[in-house]
This record gives sequence, C-alpha cells and structure tokens, in this order.
Amino acid sequence: MDFTFLYTSFLRLIVGIPLTLQLAFSSIGLGLVLAILLAAMMRSRLLPLAWIADGFVFVFRGTPLLVQVFLIYYGLGQFRPYLDEMGVWWFFRSPYYCALLALLLNTAAYGAEIVRGGLQSVPHGQIEAARAFGMSGFTLYRRIIAPIALRQALPAYGNEIILMIKATSLVSTITLMEVTGLAHKIISETFRAFEVFFVAGAIYLAINFTVTRLIALAEHWIAPDLDQASRPIEVGKLSH
Amino acid sequence: MKFAKLALVASAVLVLGLAATDASAQMRKVKIATEGAYAPWNFVNSQGKLEGFELELGAELCKRAKFDCEFVAQDWDGIIPSLQAKKYDAIMAGMNITPRRLETINFTTAYAAGAHGFMVLKSSPLAKMPGGEYNLTKDLAAAEKAINELKPMLKGKILGVQGSTTNLAWAEKYFKDVAEIREYKTTEQHDLDLAAGRLDATVGAHSAAKATMETATGKDMMIAGPGFSGGMLGLGVAVGLRKEDADLKTAFDDAVKSAIDDGTIKKLSEKWFKVDMTPKS
Repeated sequence: MDFTFLYTSFLRLIVGIPLTLQLAFSSIGLGLVLAILLAAMMRSRLLPLAWIADGFVFVFRGTPLLVQVFLIYYGLGQFRPYLDEMGVWWFFRSPYYCALLALLLNTAAYGAEIVRGGLQSVPHGQIEAARAFGMSGFTLYRRIIAPIALRQALPAYGNEIILMIKATSLVSTITLMEVTGLAHKIISETFRAFEVFFVAGAIYLAINFTVTRLIALAEHWIAPDLDQASRPIEVGKLSH
Repeated sequence: MKFAKLALVASAVLVLGLAATDASAQMRKVKIATEGAYAPWNFVNSQGKLEGFELELGAELCKRAKFDCEFVAQDWDGIIPSLQAKKYDAIMAGMNITPRRLETINFTTAYAAGAHGFMVLKSSPLAKMPGGEYNLTKDLAAAEKAINELKPMLKGKILGVQGSTTNLAWAEKYFKDVAEIREYKTTEQHDLDLAAGRLDATVGAHSAAKATMETATGKDMMIAGPGFSGGMLGLGVAVGLRKEDADLKTAFDDAVKSAIDDGTIKKLSEKWFKVDMTPKS
C-alpha cells in the first residue's frame, strides 16, 4: 500500500470533518427538540395532534433519507416563485440549509419514537407513588418520569446519533463537500477508489469511536446501577 | 408428406445451428459503458432505454469492427475505476481525451469535438458576456486574455459544474479565485439548479447546453460568453479503453476513421447535435 498517497488523501479529507460534524450535531440538536415535541404530541389527549405526529413519523421513517434530501433540494427548487413569495427562498437556495433540514426532520422522526418508548417504559406504579406524594405536572416529569425515561432511551438514542453521523455522507449529492464529497473528488482526480474510501471510512470510524465512548460514559453517569446490574453474575463466585 | 416434414425440420435445425455458431464464434463480445445522463450524447429515454448520439455511433462502430456490443449505464464519477475493474471493456460517454486520463487509460482517435463554455439564464447580467471562439492548444495566450476579461463579470458568482470533468478542472484553474464553484454528479442536476436560480451559470459542453435549452427546464437559458476548446478541455471525445487492450484500440481506431471518412459521423452528429461535430484533424 502507498502510504504517502494515504497520507496526502488524509490531509485533504480532514478538511471536510468540520462540515460533517457541524451538520451532524446541529441536526441532532435541533432534531431532538422536535423529537420531544413530537413525542409529546403522540401522547397527547388531543387526537388530531397525535395524528399529525404519527403521520410525520410515518412519512419520514418510511422513506429513504436520500429521497428526502433530493425532494427538499431539487424538488422544492422547482417551486421557487412560491417560496420567493413566502420569503423563504433564501433558506432553500442554500444547499447547506436544505441538507440540515432533511437531516433534522429525519432524525426527529426516529428520535420521537425513541423518546416515546422511553416515556412508555416508566412503570405506572412509580407515577402513582409520585402522585401519592403530591407530585404532579412539571415536578412529576422532572423528578420521576424524565430521569427514568432518559435512562431507558439513551442507548437507543446513542445509536441514532451514530447513524446520523454516517447519514451526513448523503449530502455530498447536493454539492456539499464534506468527507464523502471530498473523497469522490479525490477519486475523480486519481482514480484510486480503494485507498481514498479506506481513509474516508477510517475517519468516520474514528469520529464514531469517540462518540460511542462519550455515549457509554453518559450512560454510566446517569445510571451507574443499570450499568452494573446488566452485567452477568459470575456464578462460580456465588457458590463459594 | 411425412418425409417432407422431417426434411423441413432437419434443414431448419441445420440453418439455425449454423447461424448460431456463425454469430457466437466470430463476434467478440464487447461491453460499452455510458453515463445515460448527458443528452444528446447519451441519455435514458421515456421507455427507460439508453439512447443518443453515442448509442447510435457505438452500434455503427461495432458493426464495422465486427463486435457483438452491449451498452451498460454507469455513474460518471465511477466510470474510469470500473473500466479498470473490468466491469466493461470500453467507455463512450462524451469523454474527452486529456493527458491526466491518458495516465490511467487509453483512448481511440477522437470521434467528436466541440466547444465548452457558460450557460446562463436569459435574464441574468451574465447574458451580456462577450462571445468568440478560442482554442487552448493553438492560441493559449488569446484564450487566457479572453478568460481574464470574463473574471470581473464572474466575481462573486456561483458556477455549477459536473464533477470529474475537464470542465471542472478548467473552471477551477481559471475562476476559483473569483467565483464559488459547486460540483454536481450529473449535468441534469446543475441545469435544475440554474433554472431554480441557485446558480449564476453552468460550465459545460455547448452540445449538452443546447440540448438542455430545448427542454422545459432550459427554456429560459442561453449560451453566453466565448466557446473554448482544446488544451485542458480535452483533445476531442473518444472511446476510452484499458491500456492492455491494444487489439480493441486498433479495431475501434479503424472503425472511427472509416466512420469519419465516409461521413457517417457527420450525419449522426447533425441528427443529434444539429451541427457537425466531426473532429478536424
């Protein structure tokens, strides 16, 4: 293997890391806010609100992200006169905002399901006990429901974060030069697909390694007891 | 009666058998890759089939070289690596001969040549760019002077170009310092963005630009500024081949030359491009 070439490719690819991370983390952050809102709507007693949230999740989970990116970028691009009139064309003109929107809507749909699952996992007995202590509304959420739901949802949500970091590679199709976009560019100049994608893959792996470590730390921090309890008990030790 | 029937069947089998061995034993199978997104050179028609100048020319060249050819569609940005990986044997995809590509693959003699330049919206201020024809091989100084005159007009503009092309290399060399250059996977995509107003101009072959202008997407577009050819924009469009397949090169070279000599390329070119794109030697 040609290490000089791997190294020069690496130097050119790391230029794309800030854009990859920026897209991933801003879409995850904004997407989480929307996800919590959607989960609340799904659990709402107002049925139309629940239907809207269910419909949103159904559409964005059921269609490929690449199709969503194309629909938002090239699809809405054909409705420029209307978007101009509404005063939002500046937003849709930019490939960056279009990519961010597609990513955040997509992660919000998955996130909403994760948050809903977390909320549903809170045992009813715990809520009843809290009510018996006179807690209600915000206090009940802050002290009982949210901590338990967060513990349950974090492993699944960590998975979603990793998926989103990898999903940013799709935005290279709408002219954004993040790690994968740059990889395509280098290949088109050198025709050496293997080495360049190898380095690009290693960069994603390094980013996701760091992220998984951070998530594991967060899991341990918010639920040290769950972390211990889930480990298998060494039977041999108990019998002696 | 019975005998006559038997004789008929026997002779039919014999004829079919002969025809089959004739076709398979003598015709070499050659797979040709094209992009299928570069009208009128090659594109996918409304029936989902590949069509265009190169499909028709390819069939003609194969007939002359006595090859049994099959066209396959391949994304542009992987078209050379896949040739190297032996997924097919030849490329006919509006691909220009360039020194950089010649380091990796081989080309036949050119079967078409045309100018490259800018396409803009008719309403754009860039529509007033001065015209002209410049050849980067024959008179680089004059071409670069014309390019420098364009620079002030293109300052701060956004240019769309298909990735992995000679157009991109050219645009980056001369306009990177004044304009923003965005890369697209296909020319169809940058045409859509020009129509939407996300781009101020596209950089590409005039032949492809003219084809776009005839579609609904391109009805408000026009070619503006000078046409450039030669040099880093390529030495003409040719069949791309692996370096080791010297026999294919000889066969295709002869087929291309004979198609140029007897006017077949001129005829096909006028049919698809409305102008004669035969390379001038």
